[in-house]
Amino acid sequence: MTQDAHRHDHHGPVQLKDGVVPYLMRWITTTNHKDLGTLYLLFSVFMFMVGGLMSLVIRAELWGPGLQYVNPEFFNQMTTLHALVMIFGGVMPAFVGLANWMVPMMIGCSDLALPRVNNWGFWILPFAFTLLLSTLFLPGGGPAGGWTMYPPLVLQTGNAFPFLIFAVHLMGISSITGAINVAVTILNMRAPGMTLLKMPLFAWTWLVTAYLLIATMPVLAGAVTMLLTDKYFGTRFFSAAGGGDPVLFQHVFWFFGHPEVYILILPAFGVVSTILPTFARKPLFGYDSMVYAVASIAFLSFIVWAHHMFTVGMPLAGELFFMFATMLIAVPTGVKVFNWVATLWRGSLTFETPMLFALAFVFLFTIGGFSGLMLAIAPADFQYHDTYFVVAHFHYVLVPGAVFAIIAAVYYWIPKWTGVRYNETLGQLHFWLSAVFINLTFFPQHFAGLAGMQRRVPDYAIAFTDFNVWSSVGAFGFFVAQFLMLYNFARCVWFRQGRPRVPARVWEGAHGLEWTVPSPPPYHTFEIPPRVPETEVTATHDDVDPLTHVKQHA
Amino acid sequence: MFGFGFALVPLYDVLCNWTGFNGRSSGMSVAADVAEQPDNTRTVTVEFLTTVNGGQPWAFAPDVQRLEVHPGKLYTVNFTAQNPHDAAAMAQAVPSIAPWNAARYLKKTECFCFRQQVFAALEEKHMPVRFMLERELPAEVDTVTLSYTFFDVTQLALR
Repeated sequence: MTQDAHRHDHHGPVQLKDGVVPYLMRWITTTNHKDLGTLYLLFSVFMFMVGGLMSLVIRAELWGPGLQYVNPEFFNQMTTLHALVMIFGGVMPAFVGLANWMVPMMIGCSDLALPRVNNWGFWILPFAFTLLLSTLFLPGGGPAGGWTMYPPLVLQTGNAFPFLIFAVHLMGISSITGAINVAVTILNMRAPGMTLLKMPLFAWTWLVTAYLLIATMPVLAGAVTMLLTDKYFGTRFFSAAGGGDPVLFQHVFWFFGHPEVYILILPAFGVVSTILPTFARKPLFGYDSMVYAVASIAFLSFIVWAHHMFTVGMPLAGELFFMFATMLIAVPTGVKVFNWVATLWRGSLTFETPMLFALAFVFLFTIGGFSGLMLAIAPADFQYHDTYFVVAHFHYVLVPGAVFAIIAAVYYWIPKWTGVRYNETLGQLHFWLSAVFINLTFFPQHFAGLAGMQRRVPDYAIAFTDFNVWSSVGAFGFFVAQFLMLYNFARCVWFRQGRPRVPARVWEGAHGLEWTVPSPPPYHTFEIPPRVPETEVTATHDDVDPLTHVKQHA
Repeated sequence: MFGFGFALVPLYDVLCNWTGFNGRSSGMSVAADVAEQPDNTRTVTVEFLTTVNGGQPWAFAPDVQRLEVHPGKLYTVNFTAQNPHDAAAMAQAVPSIAPWNAARYLKKTECFCFRQQVFAALEEKHMPVRFMLERELPAEVDTVTLSYTFFDVTQLALR
């Protein structure tokens, strides 16, 4: 036992040169937050590629009116699976991966509170997505009723139905374990002296996200369980003929679904609030108001769900309540955008790749926010509902929003993780290609939607051809541009021999505990917690003794 | 929260039945409790809408499309349905009322939607609905739509 502990502490983890089987077993059995963070991020890259290929099938089919390459049934399988893969396989694991890597290093603890649960939470995911994606090879194909799984349509799914339900259950279990882990870690394992309001904002946004996950994922599990028993065990929760109500499903689903969209975006807010001050060389403007804004958004997210279903025939009072409650979210969100802009004001800005992505986030996410306000207007929503305007709206908040924040975060921290710099020229080229192509993809969809083009239909009126050609060109361009990023990151991870190493504080304007440990950080960091002085300014943590880590092993 | 998901089911039923949201009131009343007090000064149009669910070939229609009624007075309208199958079948009609704020003022002493209807092979049935709009019906309501969706529940009943 002593020998084992000795080996781990001083020689790091098992490497490939120690043998293939021990190396594989290291990754399968690892409980180290950095290893699991890496696994989560690699898994999410793979899922982004899978989901991206599905979106290319959609865009290829929509390149022209009429039916070209796939039949409508397969088209609908692609829209359904694209959404599930991107949400549960791409964005959520990416943020859990970032939390795994960064939260312990930001709050000064050695690992997450529940390392074995952490391992379990990750390894559920490959099984969940094997279940989900294997449906493509079943007779009858995958689920095609839309990711929202509305009955009675979803109950007509064939053999894929139980696979869909159990895959969603597994994804939910994985998210809940991750969320519990992050919440427990943040609440119990902060370094001495780090009060809640001295935490980096990324830790704050993740704490709130964790609560949203714990509160809503079980509701989704309940809803899909009701679908399962409706189909196979004779219950009639959603069957009108049996005394149930299909609209009830929409209420239960969106009670989960609306907090879910904030689960996808709050950690992105945290990332951007970390990156902007670094490259503006100023502390974040209005730290406390940022924290309260995040908490307010999280609270409001629970009372606005029915704005997804304005057209089901709600009473006027309901329409008005959900309309005004939804518009209210613009207030805390406006506070955040104001604070980001105020952080930039008179800063000494430089435009490295992470900064470019973060700036694009602020601008493009706000566009998505504005189209969200338009959709919140109940009478107008009757025209927008289920059109490409909705598609344009949520892709603006999710791709140049959440995904750009994830990309920015990886560019920002990958020198810390690997000890070498990415190629800045390639990074900037990747940014400009991504920014141009993503707008080319989704901006025309606003107009197509306002003109009446429907979602989830493989064909459209000839009048929409130009908008769709632009969209498809943009989508293919965006997909190809991502290979620049993959090459750039792969260079940092696997081909770093003989390249200059970066210092502990990679970016001169960066603040926080993670920049006090060497780059790359040793396998175990902060086994003796650093002490955050009481006199210290909120969330900078520059006065912490940077040698804490070295001393403990001396 | 998993339990909360399931708790939403009865909560939703209670809320809908209490307020009439979602047009959910069945209006089921005992005949003895319904006292006629016609308000001959006011006329409301009642429209009847029928839908057969899931592309089934059932014939299902009201004998009149619309009726001018006085609140506080009982009326009877017949609906006709025919089983298209060469075998016995069971059907259930699910009612809905629009606008939602009229739902709680509709009283029905008789409706084919109160229970499942058994049809012999190819049988045609005339089924009455006996209803009254209460005098307290909000003043802004001048049209009430009674919608019935017809479900063939033979398979469900066999399970």
